[in-house]
Amino acid sequence: MSKQKGWLYLLPALLFLGVFMVYPLIDVIIYSLEENFNFASQTYSGRGLYNFYYVLKDPYFLRAVRNTFIIVIITVPLSTGIALLISLALNSIKPLKELFQTIFFLPYVTNTLAVGLVFMILFKKTAYSEGLINLLIKAFGGNSVDFIEGPYWAKLFVMCFYTIWVVLPFKILILTSALASVNPDYYKAAKVDGTSRFRIFTRITLPMISPMIFYLVITGFIGAFKAYSDEVAIFGTNLNAAGMNTIVGYVYDMLYGDSGGFPSYASAASLILFAIVFTITVINLSISKKNTTY
Amino acid sequence: MKVVLKNLTKKFPNRNKKIHEDVIAVNNFNFEIPSGKLIGLLGPSGCGKSTTLNLISGLEKPTEGKIFFDEEDVTNVAPEHRGIGLVFQNYALYPHLTVLQNIIFPLQNLKGKDKLTKEEMNAKALEVAKLVQIDGLMDRRPGELSGGQQQRVAIARALVKMPKVLLLDEPLSNLDARLRLQTREEIKRIQLETGITTMFVTHDQEEAMSISDFIVVMKDGLFQQMGKPQEVYDRPVNMFVAKFLGTPAINIFEGNVKDGALYIGEERVFDVQGVKDGPVYAGIRPEGFIPDDNGPFTVKLKATEIMGRDASIVFTHPAFEGAAARAIVASDAALSGLSENVRFSFKKNKVYLFDKETETTIFPEVK
Repeated sequence: MSKQKGWLYLLPALLFLGVFMVYPLIDVIIYSLEENFNFASQTYSGRGLYNFYYVLKDPYFLRAVRNTFIIVIITVPLSTGIALLISLALNSIKPLKELFQTIFFLPYVTNTLAVGLVFMILFKKTAYSEGLINLLIKAFGGNSVDFIEGPYWAKLFVMCFYTIWVVLPFKILILTSALASVNPDYYKAAKVDGTSRFRIFTRITLPMISPMIFYLVITGFIGAFKAYSDEVAIFGTNLNAAGMNTIVGYVYDMLYGDSGGFPSYASAASLILFAIVFTITVINLSISKKNTTY
Repeated sequence: MKVVLKNLTKKFPNRNKKIHEDVIAVNNFNFEIPSGKLIGLLGPSGCGKSTTLNLISGLEKPTEGKIFFDEEDVTNVAPEHRGIGLVFQNYALYPHLTVLQNIIFPLQNLKGKDKLTKEEMNAKALEVAKLVQIDGLMDRRPGELSGGQQQRVAIARALVKMPKVLLLDEPLSNLDARLRLQTREEIKRIQLETGITTMFVTHDQEEAMSISDFIVVMKDGLFQQMGKPQEVYDRPVNMFVAKFLGTPAINIFEGNVKDGALYIGEERVFDVQGVKDGPVYAGIRPEGFIPDDNGPFTVKLKATEIMGRDASIVFTHPAFEGAAARAIVASDAALSGLSENVRFSFKKNKVYLFDKETETTIFPEVK
């Protein structure tokens, strides 16, 4: 009796999880295995791995994977490193500390689409104007580049710049609080022992905040792999035309884009993304376990 | 090495920004810590003990005054160049490093000609680890050690560079009662074996009295008295020191000196000489009472407590400030026959008179 009672109490949560989490997940897997699925008639010709085969051969998907990996590899380490530098600086100043913290946190509460628009205006080069960044480049004697519709590396640069800029505030917030929570007695003990600043940083500060750094790296990887809205904010919804599509963007296109209506391909692509993110996270976790030992 | 403090003063800006007056944590300290001794710096919470320690360590800069290590003026010398070892109240062991790594951490900072090889470092670490008896725990991390073991690691880390002065901030406050007894003996032993001038801060008078060669009592940033524990206990310079040392605490009565005798209430308790007539405080140590049917001092019995070796007689008296006074007598003294009114006589050397205004001790010839 009491056993049934327990299940009764769990029922609302189980129902909720089942309907909104387990069922969609399973459905995605089913979709991904149904070949030649027709959205209008809800029919398919057979079951198999053709959808995965198709997606993995699709040049658009491969480009999306490449873009995503570049964004991940460049922005995650860079943004974490820059956030650490800024947090260290913030932690070492006394006057106006709160003011600077607020300023660095402001982008977090600003709408990314609006900021993307500003970035676009800053970097764009049109027939009528050069854009602010290009004016700067010219002032230093360089040649102007269209960062929004120009060469691939220029677009990639804006993309990474923007992504770092967007994720920075949250990382700074986490790292400043992590730094502030390190017991000052450790620094006093190190000072009495004549420890150099560099050694204090590498042997005390870094290990003490390493759990937070690993947290930021892991969530950063996951977030960057799922990048999509940032790309839309700068390059518009037609990411394939801009050559700046990402995996999530590809999934979206397969569902609702101009070439859309293929939930099977979308499901297959999203499962591939899941596999990538899962693998990377497992690797990250195993590294972080080895390196944080207290 | 002896440590000399000259006119040492430390002021902090008030935390409450509306009050512009500085907080004086250490007020014009002058005393000398003799070389190779164990000194207990004693006082209630917030009296500036830790600040004094931080000034000696160099972590804080004095507002005024000077600090000398032997003849050398170290007032403006950075902590790492003073040759001190500091043990923090919470030990401040690096949690991500093993015991061995913690102990050799200070050695790894050495540069130039002082630089040691890995073997030399390990040998030194093992030497101090043996001294504090943790040589079996070198591969553990601080989180896997008990409080007492962590304390020893912290001491080992402070000792590994063979400092000239060892400073310990509330070394026993994070330990449980049994471990505290053990560890204070350990500190005494380590100090004796190394011969390093050692100073520790505590608010526990028993702790300070039991192991120190000298104790320094302070209150509200002011130096009160320095001396051998028994001397300070027997000849406190003022009422604060008398009250602070000893458990149970000294009993303070309102008294009056008249015609060469001390009166408590209406009773003429004993003769005193060389004390001006007028109101005084009379402090009587609990062990200073002798149950005596013909004694001059009558009190109202409240309770008796037997603690094995000795017993307490808890009593009230109109001239006593506080709820109940306490006398400690041998437990074989006849307690059962006590009536509602108990009479006492006194051990004269356990009675002190304090000036009513200044609360300083009047050392009379008590007769």
